[in-house]
Amino acid sequence: MEIGLPHYLTVAAILFTLGVFGIFLNRKNVIIILMSVELMLLAVNINLVTFSSFLGDLVGQIFALMVLTVAAGEAAIGLAIVVVYFRNRGSIAVDDINMMKG
Amino acid sequence: MISAAFFYLFSAVVVASGFMVMSARNPVHAVLFLILAFFNSAGLFVLLGAEFLAMILIIVYVGAVAVLFLFVVMMLDVDFAELRAGYIRYLPFAATIGIVLLLELILVLGRWAISPELKKTVASPFVQGASELTNTEAIGNVLYTKYLYFFEAAGLIMLTAMVGAIVLTLRQKEGVKRQNIAAQVARAPETTVEIKQVKPGTGL
Repeated sequence: MEIGLPHYLTVAAILFTLGVFGIFLNRKNVIIILMSVELMLLAVNINLVTFSSFLGDLVGQIFALMVLTVAAGEAAIGLAIVVVYFRNRGSIAVDDINMMKG
Repeated sequence: MISAAFFYLFSAVVVASGFMVMSARNPVHAVLFLILAFFNSAGLFVLLGAEFLAMILIIVYVGAVAVLFLFVVMMLDVDFAELRAGYIRYLPFAATIGIVLLLELILVLGRWAISPELKKTVASPFVQGASELTNTEAIGNVLYTKYLYFFEAAGLIMLTAMVGAIVLTLRQKEGVKRQNIAAQVARAPETTVEIKQVKPGTGL
């Protein structure tokens, strides 16, 4: 059976769902939440590259490159915030982050 | 036929390791499964003919982002077992949302086809193997001409991320000796050198 566009889109859909699932399941652990966000961005990238390849249009790959850039920056800043937060509070539980509330 | 076999191999490993990322007990294992997922989706990209993005995915994600995650997980002294306390309680809610989302996505994929009109709207046509250009050359031709401003904006985003990460994590420590060049240069011989006449046979 020929592997077509729906096959790749299904893999991306499953991966995206796993990312959402991971966020809801690990609601206390910021690091796992960040990793789930990375998984969701990876699923989006798979979608973009699939359409780019099957439609014969390069713009999808350019767009995937931009998503990759933003994901790398997001991971760097997110982890920096986690490190600073751990230095101040000694824990990374999401429940404790409401101390910034006015 | 062989590409179909590789597609099923790569996608099965991607989905399995994606599942392990969110269910692994040890966060270090979760990061390692994340790396496995990135490697196998790079394989999927190669199957799709996007070799450049596959290599970028391995270099940027596996080489930088995943290792950064690994550093942070190992650096923070956190009791991760305690953070998993509400795991079972959240499971029904998370499963409901996940299954609804997946069903919706699959339903969309089931009754859906590309309009033949769409071929006319292609902005940068490129078909793998149709021309002499490789994927990397084709991306370079488009990225540095048509999408130059997007490329520079991406550079600015990376610069902002770098500055932000440094500003957030930099701290001044107490009790660290630092070189003060102005104070060193301003020293005069009168305040630092003392000349004494020592008589023969006696000490100071």
